[in-house]
Amino acid sequence: MLMNIILSLFLFVASLFLNCARAEETLKNAFFIPQWSPQAQFAGYYVAYEKGIYKKYGINLNILPGGPSSPSVEFLEKGKVDFATMWLSTAIQKRSQGLKLVNIAQIIQRSALMLIAKKARGINRPEDIDNKKVGIWGEDFKIQPTAFFRKYKLKVKVIPQSYSVNLFLRDGVDVASAMWYNEYHTILNAGLKPDELTTFFFHEHGLNFPEDGIYTLEKTYKMDPALSCAFVKASIEGWLYAFSQPEEALDIVLKYMSKANVPANKVHQRWMLSRMKDLVLPVDKDRAPVGTLTLEDFMRVSNTLRDDGLIKKIPDFKSFYGECVGYVEK
Amino acid sequence: MLKNRGIAFKLVLFFTLSSAIIFTLIFGYNYYVSRKTIEKNVEENARTIVTNAMNKIETALRATQKVPENIAYFLENSSYNEKELVQLIYTVVEKNQEIYGAAIAFEPYAFKKTSQYFAPYFYKPNQWIEFKSIDKYYNYLYSDWYQIPKELKRPQWIEPYFGEGGGIIMSSYSVPFYKKVDGKRQFKGIIIVDVSLEQLRNIVSSIKVLRTGYGFLISKNGTIVTHPLKDLIMNETIFSIAEARNDTHLREIGRKMIHGESGLVPFKSITTEKMCWMYYIPIPSSGWSLAVLFPQDEMIEDITNLNKIVIFLGIFGLFLLSIAVVFIARSITEPLRGMAKAAEHIGAGNLDIELPPVKTRDEVGKLSEAFNYMKASLKEYIKELTEATASKERIESELKIAHDIQMGILPKRFPPFPDRDEFDIYATIKPAREVGGDFYDFFFIDDGHLCFVIADVSGKGVPAALFMTLTKTLIKAKATSGLTSDKIISRVNEDLCIGNDLNMFVTVFCGILNTRTGEILYTNGGHNPPLLIRDKGDIAFVEGKGELVVGVMEDAKYTTESIILQPGDSLFLYTDGVTEAMNGKSELFSEERLKKEILKCRGESILKVIECIMGEIVQFSLEAPQSDDITMMIVQFRGNKGR
Repeated sequence: MLMNIILSLFLFVASLFLNCARAEETLKNAFFIPQWSPQAQFAGYYVAYEKGIYKKYGINLNILPGGPSSPSVEFLEKGKVDFATMWLSTAIQKRSQGLKLVNIAQIIQRSALMLIAKKARGINRPEDIDNKKVGIWGEDFKIQPTAFFRKYKLKVKVIPQSYSVNLFLRDGVDVASAMWYNEYHTILNAGLKPDELTTFFFHEHGLNFPEDGIYTLEKTYKMDPALSCAFVKASIEGWLYAFSQPEEALDIVLKYMSKANVPANKVHQRWMLSRMKDLVLPVDKDRAPVGTLTLEDFMRVSNTLRDDGLIKKIPDFKSFYGECVGYVEK
Repeated sequence: MLKNRGIAFKLVLFFTLSSAIIFTLIFGYNYYVSRKTIEKNVEENARTIVTNAMNKIETALRATQKVPENIAYFLENSSYNEKELVQLIYTVVEKNQEIYGAAIAFEPYAFKKTSQYFAPYFYKPNQWIEFKSIDKYYNYLYSDWYQIPKELKRPQWIEPYFGEGGGIIMSSYSVPFYKKVDGKRQFKGIIIVDVSLEQLRNIVSSIKVLRTGYGFLISKNGTIVTHPLKDLIMNETIFSIAEARNDTHLREIGRKMIHGESGLVPFKSITTEKMCWMYYIPIPSSGWSLAVLFPQDEMIEDITNLNKIVIFLGIFGLFLLSIAVVFIARSITEPLRGMAKAAEHIGAGNLDIELPPVKTRDEVGKLSEAFNYMKASLKEYIKELTEATASKERIESELKIAHDIQMGILPKRFPPFPDRDEFDIYATIKPAREVGGDFYDFFFIDDGHLCFVIADVSGKGVPAALFMTLTKTLIKAKATSGLTSDKIISRVNEDLCIGNDLNMFVTVFCGILNTRTGEILYTNGGHNPPLLIRDKGDIAFVEGKGELVVGVMEDAKYTTESIILQPGDSLFLYTDGVTEAMNGKSELFSEERLKKEILKCRGESILKVIECIMGEIVQFSLEAPQSDDITMMIVQFRGNKGR
């Protein structure tokens, strides 16, 4: 009897060991960092991880927690991670500054950045913003607003905007910057009704700057394009799974939020996830397959950056974009 | 269908039903009024509780506000160096128990021309006061606490946040301060004090209403600041809860709350899912809102419990009432059923049946008495009736016998003298009752003389019958050979007058026919005149002198008169029962009609004539009962014709 137990225990431990060894053999290690703390904005990656999709594609992935203190560009540059998400505008600037990074998937197809104003303060059209106080975020967040003001020939009083929308809520500014999937909903959940607000989506004003994309270093991509593309393929599968099973995806996201000690609000995350679906899979136009970066989008962003003097020369699209979507489909 | 039910059923049904209706009405009204009263009290109570808590919070916040406001006043109106400023902040943090930290943050280059940022901060992470320069950690210029009062140009309570190390909710009051530069008031910076909201949390969590009622506080953005559910605190706004619950009503309440309104609204508790009343009121200094929930079922718990007892008592009472009604109904219906059964027996003739005993003196008792009395009376009456019937039957049978005897003494055989064919005689009598006062008689006085009599005694019935018998006997006794009819009647009169105390009398027609000659000598003592029917000729009444009735005056004189019948002539005699027979219209048969009828049947045999007249009288008085005896007699002379 005792012998039997010992024997079976031995066999069990041995099989575990053998399994691990086999897994070690086939899986490639990789590190990934999203550009911000865990939230539904990155649901696809957390879901793909939790559902074992990365493993399915042969990747033993480690997701590092993002956030203000862990800038994803820096992590990628220093080789701390293999893959990172960042805005297209950020990536083009970095490339033109000499950092050899490659876009392997443009996840968000439509810009979520927007300006919001209260109708009660008489703002209904872009022209109404003239001479108003506008809350603007720094760095890459101000590229579109600046282009917007230029387009409509607006003179505005820029007030640097912090992470909160409280200044706007208390009428400290007339117009606030917002991400559609985040601050806009925060404003709604501070008691304002959608019909009390005027919204200016930049993508509706010829300023569609697709945001989150997946980037890797050129050398990583060239060394093992299969790994990069497996990561893209797995991530997109994760996104599609998250969109089809939103409640499960939400629970996964909330788990990571709580792990990262980030205040979590399920209603807010649900809003964010469904907006991500609108941004990743826009239904209104004939789009290239999910994750594709189009030359048109690339040129729009690059031209604006050049016009603003943020880049001197537009990088070569072919070397900037490692066409993983096409690769994987082969 | 109700008609067929018993009294007990109806009584129970109607009493219970009407009592139940009355009970329900009283109960409903009582419930309504007491509920309204309680709700009113609770509402007042709610106002008091919420207002008290609000005042406490307001007092605490205002006390905190004073500190930075005073510093702002000082900074605007005095000059100071760095050391004094740092000392001032230190003192504020040291001296004010409720203040966790304080800072004075300047606009770029506003404090020193040489440094862009200046924001000294003292705080109490533990019992020691520590110092840091905020600008070393983050760009304070873009913080809410700096930007909002700066842009709004007025002091502000900042949205609550978790303090360092988490757990404790804090808020900050930041006050902009200015300095006059070239006569213009220029913004210089912000004074901020950080306070823990523990004290507020204690005030709110000390609000206990009934069993599960509670209070909660929301910030100006609708963020839940204190709530019995820890998970909601700082994580949810009242609007995100509304979104999660898909509750537009809650969203509207939330908007009113953050817009500084107050009110009492129905609200479904987030913790217990119970329906509550929620009373909300703004905290004026910070623009936050305090709400207190009153569970509706607990508010009316006392009356709900009372009502359960009242309903139980009501139902129990109705049950008792039904039993009582059944009992009373039984006490009425049982004797009634007994009496009904007894009445059936009585109806069937059993008068000896015992009635069920009733001891009560109520209507049922009286009915029972009356029933008993009725039974006794019926018994008595039936006994008397039986006796009366028996005696009547006896009298009737006696009268029948008397009738037979009376009829027996009258000659009934016709023709009476078959060997004499020189005359014919026929008579009939139809008494009005069993016995009557009419009679007829005929007999031979001697071989050639036939005496015939028709008479009518005054009155009817037995006295008349007796008087008639007497008269007939007397006439037959007095009529002897050789006596004339007046002598016979006179003698009869004398005898009848003796001892006739009742003054009864009799009309008599007495004739003596000479069978050879056809001469009739007769005396008419007050009787109807007979009709002389000539065989070849007319018919006429034989009017006499009109002599007195017999039996009244002892010395009355009677005479004899004479008529001569030719062969074939007849004399028709009758009593007043014939002429005075009445029809339905009270018309008399009359002498004229008699004469007319005889004319019609003249020529027939005398038997036929009498049958004919009798038939006419019966026909005439068909609708009226016979009131008098009817007697008729015909004497026909044939002479030697018959031989």
